[in-house]
Amino acid sequence: MAESAATPADATADAQRGPSVATRERRQGSINPSGETPYLVVEDLAVKFPTADGLVSAVNGLSYSVPLGRTLAIVGESGSGKSVSSMAVMGLHDRKRTRITGSIRLGGDELVGLPENELMKIRGDAMSMVFQDPQSSLHPLYTIGNQLVEAYRVHHKVSKDVAKKRSLEMLDLVGIPNPARRFSQYPHEFSGGMRQRAMIAMSLINDPKLVIADEPTTALDVTVQAQILDLLNNLQKEFGSAIVLITHDLGVVAEMADDVLVMYAGRCVEYGTAEDVLANPRMPYTWGLLESIPTVSAANERLRPIKGLPPSLLNLPQGCSFSARCPYVDRVKGELCTTQLPDLLPVDGAGAHTSRCHLHDKASIYETEIAPRLG
Amino acid sequence: MLYFVARRLVSALSVVLATLIATFALFFIAPTDPAAAICGERNCTQQRYEEITKNLHLDRPKVEQFADYTIGIFVGRDFTTSGVTQHCAAPCLGFSFKNDRPVTELIGSRFPVTLSLVLGYAVLVLTIGVFVGSMAAKRRGSLGDRALMTSTLVVSSVPYYIVALMVALYLTIVYPILPRGEWTPPSENFGKFIAGLLTPWLVLGVYNCTSYARYSRGSMVETLSEDYIRTARAKGLSDRVVTYKHALRSGLIPVVTIFGLDIAGSLGGAIFTERIFDLPGLGQLVLDSLNNYDLPVIMGTVLVASVIIVAMNFLVDIGYSLIDPRVRLS
Repeated sequence: MAESAATPADATADAQRGPSVATRERRQGSINPSGETPYLVVEDLAVKFPTADGLVSAVNGLSYSVPLGRTLAIVGESGSGKSVSSMAVMGLHDRKRTRITGSIRLGGDELVGLPENELMKIRGDAMSMVFQDPQSSLHPLYTIGNQLVEAYRVHHKVSKDVAKKRSLEMLDLVGIPNPARRFSQYPHEFSGGMRQRAMIAMSLINDPKLVIADEPTTALDVTVQAQILDLLNNLQKEFGSAIVLITHDLGVVAEMADDVLVMYAGRCVEYGTAEDVLANPRMPYTWGLLESIPTVSAANERLRPIKGLPPSLLNLPQGCSFSARCPYVDRVKGELCTTQLPDLLPVDGAGAHTSRCHLHDKASIYETEIAPRLG
Repeated sequence: MLYFVARRLVSALSVVLATLIATFALFFIAPTDPAAAICGERNCTQQRYEEITKNLHLDRPKVEQFADYTIGIFVGRDFTTSGVTQHCAAPCLGFSFKNDRPVTELIGSRFPVTLSLVLGYAVLVLTIGVFVGSMAAKRRGSLGDRALMTSTLVVSSVPYYIVALMVALYLTIVYPILPRGEWTPPSENFGKFIAGLLTPWLVLGVYNCTSYARYSRGSMVETLSEDYIRTARAKGLSDRVVTYKHALRSGLIPVVTIFGLDIAGSLGGAIFTERIFDLPGLGQLVLDSLNNYDLPVIMGTVLVASVIIVAMNFLVDIGYSLIDPRVRLS
């Protein structure tokens, strides 16, 4: 995509304009790393679940934005809040058991606090979701055709025939051979890859402007994964939608994402264009993620996992959530890491690339210690 | 689909055959003396005993008797007692000497009563039970849900016959709020037919719908947490459509099994209900024939009950395949 090429220049321009304006805008989430007008704007989003053991803070102070035609990858390990935050965007949490604060604006309209019957009209229409496991995410007792027709007719007052025609078009578009026959088959008669294609067809049937893909390839064979990613890429070009791609696979990120947001323990710890985050990461957790990718050249070495476990979301540590696992804590003066939560700040003083870390010499540590190991 | 039905039909028929042999064996091969039982304990003369033995061909080999009995079911047979020959038309399930009527006729006259009772009960228990269960599942953990589950536990921990007796005694006799149970054929007086069955329907339905509510609640709680329910909501479907179309269809599968067996069991004779509410159904017939050692009737009702159970199982299987397309393949 052409826009991404312009990004580093924008960042430099921001730097020259001085930190204050860019930083404020960045924090408000009104621009995204590319500088384009975003379609989805998430600001200071917090998702909390009251439980018998206490309040679980699954997402805290999350802000990001995605313009049409761009893909934001949200990366993090299990329980980092990436799925929870996206479910909040879709409004899929049980209202009685969830507290959502902050702001989620879709094409300028606020979604937080919107009553269910209003949200229902947007769900599946202006925004839709592709789920992780197509085996369990498609209804086993209805035909694929039935499920597609239903998805279309919820938002379009058309006859079944018109909806069927549209469904067949969509099945064809996502590369399902012989759509007419497949239309009347059940999910269990589809292979995993075909099921995910059908799922994608269903989520795109109403031409949504925002598609949230929650680990769309995790449940699939490696060979099929690449096909599904290609399909998503091509469909994005055709439909021009904004995509939020949730993944823990940095390989997928490199292939798909324009922007990357790294989440840890419910907070954004690094955010920027894919180029910035993957080539110049400025947060020890991102380094850890990059280092834990197995590479062919390092076939004889052992994998380098990030030691330890993420903190409990029931009582987050006072300081940086990653401090307990971070190997660089002792390079920060005093006990800053364990006592004070670092702000999400631009890494070069002004740019659109931000990270949440107290380390002063992040750039030099990365250049001298991490980059050589990554090869 | 046709193959599935055919296969199930064959297995259903073989179960019926096995039941036929088993019931026959139970009463004729087991160490009971049918002739003595039919003759009665007190004023049974040796002559009468021998006559019965001869007329019922009890002196012939068991295999031959079984063949007679089986053939009788398909083509009918004749019985001779005290010099009078009675024809028992197919399907002949034997002849009740106590009642002086063919068993089939006896069962036929009682079956509509039980059927009416069970059909009304089925509608009540399924609609109320499943609806209440689904509501509870949707609001699980809420005060209403917990109150409901507690009350179902309380209700089902009191034996059914106590509840039915109490209702019959206090609500239809002492304080006649509800109509008393009685049988009127619907062709005769439809209003009286409904009135006479209303109380037994309510008692059976309300008592048993508590367990149906529990089954459907459990099944719906599980279904509502499925990924495809989340997908349905993500499509923008209303809560009502998600619950009563997407979730209920899967949630019903386990309920259908229990429902089928429950209905089949009740069709064989709802003994307590019929006794307490004075309904002359199959259950009463069984009780009476047990009291009178009316062996042919007992055999006939057991056989009919087992055929009903097999048939209901067959229908449940068909129902499964209609609800769940994956069943046809396995």
